[in-house]
Amino acid sequence: MLGGIALTLFCLWFSQNNHLLPVPASANAGAIDSLFNAMLTIALGLFVLVQGVLIYAGIRFRKRPGDETDGPPIRGNIPLEILWTSIPAVLVLGIALYSFEIYSEMGGLDPMASGGTMVAHNHGSHGGMAIAATMGEDSAADALMDLDSKGKALAYGVGAGRDEAASADLDVDVMGLQYAWIFTYPDTGIVSGELHVPVDKAVQLNIKAQDVLHAFWIPQFRLKQDAIPGQQTSLRFKPTVTGRYPIVCAELCGAYHGAMRAEVVVDSPEDYDTWQASMVAAVDPANKVTLAAATEDFQALNPKTMSDRDFLEPYGSEMGVTSQSFQGLPHHHLH
Amino acid sequence: MAQLQVRPLAEENFPEKTGGNWKKYFTFNTDHKVIGIQYLVTSFIFFLIGGALATGVRIELATPDVDFVSRELYNQLFTIHATVMIFLWIVPAGTGAFGNYLLPLLLGCNDMAFPRLNAIAFWMIPPGGLLLMGSFFINEGAAASGWTSYPPLSLVNGKSGEFIWILSILVLGTSSILGAINFLTTIIKMRTPGMKFNNMPLFCWAMFAASILILVSTPVLAGALILLSFDLLAGTSFFNPSGGGDPVVYQHMFWFYSHPAVYIMILPVFGTISEILPVHARKPIFGYLAIAYSSLAISFLGLIVWAHHMFTSGTPAWLRMFFMIATMVIAVPTGIKVFSWLATLWGGKLRLNSAMLFAMGFISMFVIGGLSGVMVASVPFDIHVHDTYFVVAHLHYVLFGGSVFGLYASIYHWFPKMTGRMINETWGRIHFVLTLVGFNLCFLPMHYLGLMGMPRRVAEYDPQFATINTICSIGSYILAVSTIPFVINAVVCWRSGEKAPANPWNGLTLEWTLSSPPPEHNFPTPPVLKTGPYDYGTLDKRGSKKRPISQLRASDILSN
Amino acid sequence: MQGSTVNSEQVIAVSQDGHGGHLEDHPDHRIFGLFMFFVAESFIFLGLFAAYLTFRAVTPAWPPEGTPELELLLPGVNSIILISSSFVIHKAEEAIKENDVKGVQLWFAITAAMGALFLVGQGYEYAHLEFGLTTNLFASTFYVLTGFHGLHVTFGLLLIGAVLWRSRKEGHYSADSKFGIEAAELYWHFVDVIWIILFILLYLL
Repeated sequence: MLGGIALTLFCLWFSQNNHLLPVPASANAGAIDSLFNAMLTIALGLFVLVQGVLIYAGIRFRKRPGDETDGPPIRGNIPLEILWTSIPAVLVLGIALYSFEIYSEMGGLDPMASGGTMVAHNHGSHGGMAIAATMGEDSAADALMDLDSKGKALAYGVGAGRDEAASADLDVDVMGLQYAWIFTYPDTGIVSGELHVPVDKAVQLNIKAQDVLHAFWIPQFRLKQDAIPGQQTSLRFKPTVTGRYPIVCAELCGAYHGAMRAEVVVDSPEDYDTWQASMVAAVDPANKVTLAAATEDFQALNPKTMSDRDFLEPYGSEMGVTSQSFQGLPHHHLH
Repeated sequence: MAQLQVRPLAEENFPEKTGGNWKKYFTFNTDHKVIGIQYLVTSFIFFLIGGALATGVRIELATPDVDFVSRELYNQLFTIHATVMIFLWIVPAGTGAFGNYLLPLLLGCNDMAFPRLNAIAFWMIPPGGLLLMGSFFINEGAAASGWTSYPPLSLVNGKSGEFIWILSILVLGTSSILGAINFLTTIIKMRTPGMKFNNMPLFCWAMFAASILILVSTPVLAGALILLSFDLLAGTSFFNPSGGGDPVVYQHMFWFYSHPAVYIMILPVFGTISEILPVHARKPIFGYLAIAYSSLAISFLGLIVWAHHMFTSGTPAWLRMFFMIATMVIAVPTGIKVFSWLATLWGGKLRLNSAMLFAMGFISMFVIGGLSGVMVASVPFDIHVHDTYFVVAHLHYVLFGGSVFGLYASIYHWFPKMTGRMINETWGRIHFVLTLVGFNLCFLPMHYLGLMGMPRRVAEYDPQFATINTICSIGSYILAVSTIPFVINAVVCWRSGEKAPANPWNGLTLEWTLSSPPPEHNFPTPPVLKTGPYDYGTLDKRGSKKRPISQLRASDILSN
Repeated sequence: MQGSTVNSEQVIAVSQDGHGGHLEDHPDHRIFGLFMFFVAESFIFLGLFAAYLTFRAVTPAWPPEGTPELELLLPGVNSIILISSSFVIHKAEEAIKENDVKGVQLWFAITAAMGALFLVGQGYEYAHLEFGLTTNLFASTFYVLTGFHGLHVTFGLLLIGAVLWRSRKEGHYSADSKFGIEAAELYWHFVDVIWIILFILLYLL
């Protein structure tokens, strides 16, 4: 009995004080961490129980030299078996309900994001479409895929939380390609290789992929969503802590998958405005660059791969990204 | 129906001769015991190859930069590592080796239902494996899109490597299906008189459940790969979005096989563990029916949870919720098994030999994989850890800590029966300690890596993870070294170990009533059971004279 | 949950007839095994059907715009030929029950001819379709599904051919030894059932 209490206390203490997760930097990250801590408490308890029984049995019940008799012929114990069937059943039911609750709270069940019925996916309306339409040969298919014939949005992912407004404060179109992320801000026309978001504002990412599957992951936001060519997916979050966090590609996308990283910068409102102003100034429609220059820009995105020009050249030209999409790309951000 | 007299081919080809004839292992032999050993040795060789590939991966990951192999080769290494371990080691070793060797012996029959089909199924393994290995030596290199081979990436990487991979999986999958047909027919139709489903050894139950999964799910993978090869070679666009296809459909078809595949790999090991524990604990298995039926429950649930591998893919929310709950429910039958095993140990007279140590190690390690499995089933948490090293750690705790520990336990347990020689216990224990230490050092820290933000399948990573990756790599080197004492021990003892008696462990299942190794046609007459498979500690109550179990004889198990 | 009910009383005494003799006798389980094989085969087709239905569901227009209408007459006649051949081959089974090997040969030959006619009809349809394998998603699924089925019909024809070849030998098949005939017949029925589903999915839905 005392042992049980001590075990419970130990599990609780360990789970509440673990440093197994990176800093939670979005509004929902804390909820997911609580879920993790709860599951860790239960798991730890069961782990100690099972290992304890194994080690105890290994010592206490080991065969003594010279003892050639059998153990007691116990074949079962119905109450005990009912107990260890029902306790895990109740535990997993609890975890399932808790997960469901958190998932719905963080916006996983939002019909706008998860393929339910909606009229149209018209965030950032014209700007977004227009820029998307300039990108790559799949653009027509992409535009089609936004809406199917029945007027359903085919976007999967995490949407607006239960208590949040349906539309976000900031929309960003995300394009994954071998081996970079490109962020387009439909409202301002900014195109960037680095994601800047203002702190405490709801941000909606509309994620697409140009070539193969990628996965957009920000560990500090506890959010991940595959980028699927021909389909749109989305993520919604509200950053709460300013700072720079990694954006990681989590779905194998080719040889340089490990190098496909970017950064998200959570700015204070002032910093964000400054950044936005500087980027808008750089967008000059008259300043068209050639495709070759765009390719070079693209290589600049991946400093680690500069020495592998030969490898990247074909991808660069295959991309078919018009120069405009690239002109705002800063060269120095990914070092 | 006509009662045909089916004579196994073996009798014509091989005159009565027990042991010593090593050449038979290199022929088209239809004796299930020969085929079982062929499966075991072949798959173990592939285990060593797959381990070498994994060591290559870990050497690369010992530092954050790409410095050991090229990025392209790195992707080939982990792709072929996973493919070899799954399709050429655990599946053929769990089902092929132990299924073939043990089922007829445990069921009391003389061979499998279709001996020639059995031999054909085995002889598909070496060409399938060699084909896969050979793909390293072609110009474009081997398949490099992960063992999941998701399109569109698998369509744009080297075409020949990818096609060889598909071909190899189709061959190995067919072999697996033919095996399953044989197992099911043998279990359903060929139990010795008096053996009902409810008193056959638990390994037979486990093989029954696993074979159903193979039969139902492997063909769907074949369907997916047929479509994928059309995309690859004929220019269709089933899974290629640029031609209107849908890559997510491939993921559904792939996981409809590949999640059940996990149970195909673990259920036979659940079965052997249920055989090994009672023998060395000298107690009846605790909760026979619960263990038996939980295998069926796992098998059924295993078929309806596949999309939990796709929580961050193009999966609608309601599907994510359904698959989350279905997945978590699997913890219940699995928990029943684990607790029943613990209760079997409780109060026994545990013989802590190599087989038992590995069996207890299996429970210990598998539980960690099971617990992290419930965690990753939770959608909000999985969104964070999907495709990270947390999942790598989880799956290795299930497949290495689970399946491979269990396979080692099985090898030690049945080594005397298979070879007629005892295996050296001291070296067995050294092997156990090295494996346990190396395994945990390699895979336990990976949980943390994944939680902190390291994705899987990367050749280079953020330098903040360098220290822990170095630890993992050291663990993997220990794990690699741990196979050396085992291989030497097994080979030396097979050749010149102490001769094994018929029943070295005083087991009550039917294989122990036969000589070690068993005669070519197993049972001279269909055995009639006198005891259940797990009647330890009860012999005196059954009218037999109570005597030390060290004097247990075949006549105590069989009535004449 | 009845953990303790291993029935160890189950000691059944059977009469034992000495040693040797009946060792290798075990009843013929090949038909049972064949049904297992059909389960596996069904699941390949089920997987492909499921993929087809999913493509259908997620694509905005099905068949995609610009796909020429499928002609129904020829495939309809073709289906009738294939389905009726199932009744023909069943006659063979009835014949072998009477030990009538000549009858078996006759019915098998007619079935083979009907199967071959089906394949020719399918080839003719392929040759006259206005879309190719890679035209669009519908065309690709159409060719792969019908082609994979055609492969099975071809394999069925080979089985029938093998039975015919073996039946030349006097006494190879009889009322007591008819596994080959039964297997070929069952396989043929299986291929027929698949075709019916396929026809409904591709032509009628």
